[in-house]
Amino acid sequence: MPLPYYVSPEQMMKDKAEYARKGISRGRSIVTLEIRDGILLVAENPSTLLHKVSEIYDRIAFAGVGKYNEFENLRIAGIRHADIKGYSYSRGDVTAKALANAYSQALGNIFTQDIKPFEVEVLVAEVAEGNGSRNEIYHILYDGTIEDERNYAAMGGQADEIRRFLKDHFREGLPLDEALQLGVRALTVTQNKTLSERDLEVAVLDRAKERRKFRRIPPEALSQLLGTQR
Amino acid sequence: MNDQRWQHLFRDYADSSFSELLRRDSPHLFPGPEPHPPSGPAPVEAVPHGTTVLALRYRDGVIMAGDRQATAGYQVASRRIEKIFKADDLSGVGIAGAAGPAMEMAKLFQTELEHYEKVEGDNLSLDGKANKLGQMIRMNLQAAMMGLAVVPIFAGFDEKAGVGRLFKYDITGGRYEETNYDSQGSGSKDARDSLKKLWKRDMSRDDALRVSLEALIDAADEDVGTGGPDLVRGIFPSVKTITRSGFGDVTDDEVKRVCETILADRAKTGNGG
Repeated sequence: MPLPYYVSPEQMMKDKAEYARKGISRGRSIVTLEIRDGILLVAENPSTLLHKVSEIYDRIAFAGVGKYNEFENLRIAGIRHADIKGYSYSRGDVTAKALANAYSQALGNIFTQDIKPFEVEVLVAEVAEGNGSRNEIYHILYDGTIEDERNYAAMGGQADEIRRFLKDHFREGLPLDEALQLGVRALTVTQNKTLSERDLEVAVLDRAKERRKFRRIPPEALSQLLGTQR
Repeated sequence: MNDQRWQHLFRDYADSSFSELLRRDSPHLFPGPEPHPPSGPAPVEAVPHGTTVLALRYRDGVIMAGDRQATAGYQVASRRIEKIFKADDLSGVGIAGAAGPAMEMAKLFQTELEHYEKVEGDNLSLDGKANKLGQMIRMNLQAAMMGLAVVPIFAGFDEKAGVGRLFKYDITGGRYEETNYDSQGSGSKDARDSLKKLWKRDMSRDDALRVSLEALIDAADEDVGTGGPDLVRGIFPSVKTITRSGFGDVTDDEVKRVCETILADRAKTGNGG
């Protein structure tokens, strides 16, 4: 009888992590910034139909990098979680924290139990209601590791370089146009190209909006904000 | 992976309906009668009922209006309930019938539309929304037979056609599109009679507002369940407009002003009984 071959748990986890990281690093990046009027999400995404950034609930947005079908699956699970919770309790009881924890549990379980881990990182952002409460940004990694970020967050292929850039250049309370320009500069920090409005997917959680704070910024408005309008 | 399994997965991924999700994952939250309702007399008299709502087309879209009273038997159950709900940016539901199940249905319907919009990244068509509401009413049929009928009016702005449209329903979920106006609830006959005489094609917003309030005042006049404008407590019918630019409130102040004008005109001419 042949012996079942043995792989140490350390080695198995290492291999899986390496596999997931490789998948994620191939993808384009996303930057999130806290701005004066809410939270800004900027993704490099040439497609106008397949979104990387989307609405989850009134004050909560989602962003994902890596393998599209995997983070799309997580996005829909998030919307389902939020809508059921809001329907059975009240809209105010749906929080980014609970959702981020659910994502963390799901990704952690998949990482340890499935042969193939998810090659994704996701981000859950919740804009503060005003009066004293603060924005929340959670960053969840492929293995379920969860971090709460302040001021800015980056994920995807060049996340480390982008974070380093933002550490030097981020300022609190930026208006939308300046923050957007900063975000685009951050996305191109490792590349020798410029990004136009056609390469970007941009959305904000706009504190000034009624109830549903999520708002996509269409390409026409983008070129205006970027100051590249012809 | 066998056929059945991937087809099941496919259905699950492609499903963007909130009510289906609720029924599958949280059936205890799904509105409707208990599987084994307690026996005994039907609770028809005991629960609050919403009374009169109406919708009519005008130049820019549709107006929806409702009185504010809920009636249980011969008692006023509430003087301030809201019967016109925003379903999404371009549509609204006016509820009549058993107030509890009706409000629950409106809430489920709102969540259904928002859920679809978020999952699909696109809005349902107006026909799709109207059809979905019909299915929800049909699911309430068993409760309707026990006297807890819910019969809403659905109205919205059809972006494709560029016009306002309105739909009425029966308790079985039957859906009927009305071209000009309709009313639902205990005072609906009187409101409809009034609308029949006053409605005109392509009315302005001001005219449409006046006509809808005239109809509600007539319904309150003739039907004991329907509440009229309450000048003492400052309670007035709620009126909403749905146009290309979205779902809008008509302010209490404006409604009050128009109500006062109508009542003053009626007092002057001796009209209205």
